[in-house]
Amino acid sequence: MALRLIGIGAFLLGVFVLVPVFIAVTGRWDFYYTLTSVALLSVGAAGVWLTFYIGRINIGQGAYALVGGYVSAILVMKAGFSFWVTLPLAGVACALISVVIGLPILRLRGVYFAMVTLVLTEVARLTALALPVTNGAKGITSIPLPGELSILGLTIIPDFAGLANPKLAFYLMGAALMALTYLVLWRIVNSRLGHLCRSLQQNEELAASIGVNTAMLRVLAYSISSFFGGIAGAMFVAISQSIYPSSFVVTDSVNFMLYCFLGGLGYVFGPMLGTLLLYFGWDLLSVAKQYQLLIYSGSMIALMLVLPNGLLSLFDKKESRQ
Amino acid sequence: MTAPILQIKGVTKRFGGLTANSEISFDVAPREILSVIGPNGAGKSTLFKQIAGFINPTSGEVLFKGSRISGLPPHKVARLGVVRTFQETTIFRSMTVRENVVVAHHLRSKASLLGFFFGSGQARTDEAEFARSADDIIDFLGLQSIRNEMASNLPQGHLRALGMAIGLATHPEVILLDEPFAGMNHDETMRMVALVRRLRDERGLTVLLVEHDMPAVMKISDRIVCINFGEKIAEGTPSEIQANPRVIEAYLGSEDAAIGM
Repeated sequence: MALRLIGIGAFLLGVFVLVPVFIAVTGRWDFYYTLTSVALLSVGAAGVWLTFYIGRINIGQGAYALVGGYVSAILVMKAGFSFWVTLPLAGVACALISVVIGLPILRLRGVYFAMVTLVLTEVARLTALALPVTNGAKGITSIPLPGELSILGLTIIPDFAGLANPKLAFYLMGAALMALTYLVLWRIVNSRLGHLCRSLQQNEELAASIGVNTAMLRVLAYSISSFFGGIAGAMFVAISQSIYPSSFVVTDSVNFMLYCFLGGLGYVFGPMLGTLLLYFGWDLLSVAKQYQLLIYSGSMIALMLVLPNGLLSLFDKKESRQ
Repeated sequence: MTAPILQIKGVTKRFGGLTANSEISFDVAPREILSVIGPNGAGKSTLFKQIAGFINPTSGEVLFKGSRISGLPPHKVARLGVVRTFQETTIFRSMTVRENVVVAHHLRSKASLLGFFFGSGQARTDEAEFARSADDIIDFLGLQSIRNEMASNLPQGHLRALGMAIGLATHPEVILLDEPFAGMNHDETMRMVALVRRLRDERGLTVLLVEHDMPAVMKISDRIVCINFGEKIAEGTPSEIQANPRVIEAYLGSEDAAIGM
């Protein structure tokens, strides 16, 4: 318990204090954008990880990120909502859509489910192209920065437009969202819900025979997963102040899945580490110029061969589990 | 005879042109040990799956305490108190023995999933109750020494006991055991026979089992139902079944002819 608190303390200190200090000292302000992306992508990856946890390969998180982004953008631009209201709404919208989509497709297992989810991202992109409300290929641009969030006159988050350093603000916001997401995920996994998800992953027939409503549980896990995808997408849109049908494509969906693989499917914090290493690693590899993709994919293959259970399995003691 | 706890009424199951079960009917009394026997492919497992809700009968129905359970999904049948164990050693592989039994207490939870998420008082009470009951079941089945073993590392005999522990964790009234003696040597079989008796005597369960091992079936059963080619051909006490000409005929010439053992 004490060790756990120290770990959490160190993590929060690192993310909220050491990183900003490091960036201020080295002057690498561009890292803020990269790290904010890492934080938000890892929120989406957390959702994908949860679908893995019920034994389903999810290559469709990009679809929910796109839907979440559009929901937020449309509500801000057309209905004049505050961004902070649209953020949870984007998640809820995605969760609801995922219930409708999930009910039929979650019966599928293995590669069949994976193929259908892969198609979802493309369906989302084409829908965004076709609908009038999403403004087609022109997308939605010049979205205002998030305004002030206050409760009873108390300012909780200041107006981003008035900030001297919005990059830092976005980073802190993204990091906070990430911390909150992983707190929720950790709690899910270590509560009864997580235990039932594991039972589902390991043997659906047996889970049903001990009284688990397997269809309901699958849809529940999938909708939580999609909720994470939606809020990640909404936050991205707020930062880039624009969204297009191609803002999230199949490659992004595949990446979400890879982040989970790399970090380790057996570890709650796996997708976070995976996102950091893959996204940040890709950025750092840009010094290798034309060899960037070669080195990147080569090391990816090597890692999967050497550490099939993900990077975090390095720290596993033999035969022991937390 | 007291009111039956389980009634199989004219259950018929067709898969395309194949009739797996045809008009099967029998009653099971509370706290009875009833075996369903029959040569390979006679339709015993199909019958079991229909009782537990894994497949629906083409016609006919299954009643539990007078109300229909056929047609309900397995989790609802389990919730009412009818639970099956599996022919194959079906367990949660990457959990320890104790985790397997604790997670199988799902039906006993009074707190909601949200309650468990936030660690409500009811959720903590439930968890303590699951842990206590799981230890109780582990002790009952004599699995204390392997409580913290990974299920995937267990030998066959322990796996089957664990499968039974998972079934017991739902606190059923009727337990369906699918070939509990399969692949066991004589000593193991005798231990399992004693255990099945204790399920009834100490836990008050009604036991329905499908089995090939005739000596064990004769020893353990209060009554036996014999199925051949999907039809019930006999029903009665072990001695009645042993003397029944249709049963003898069904088994004669097959590897299972050792019915008189």
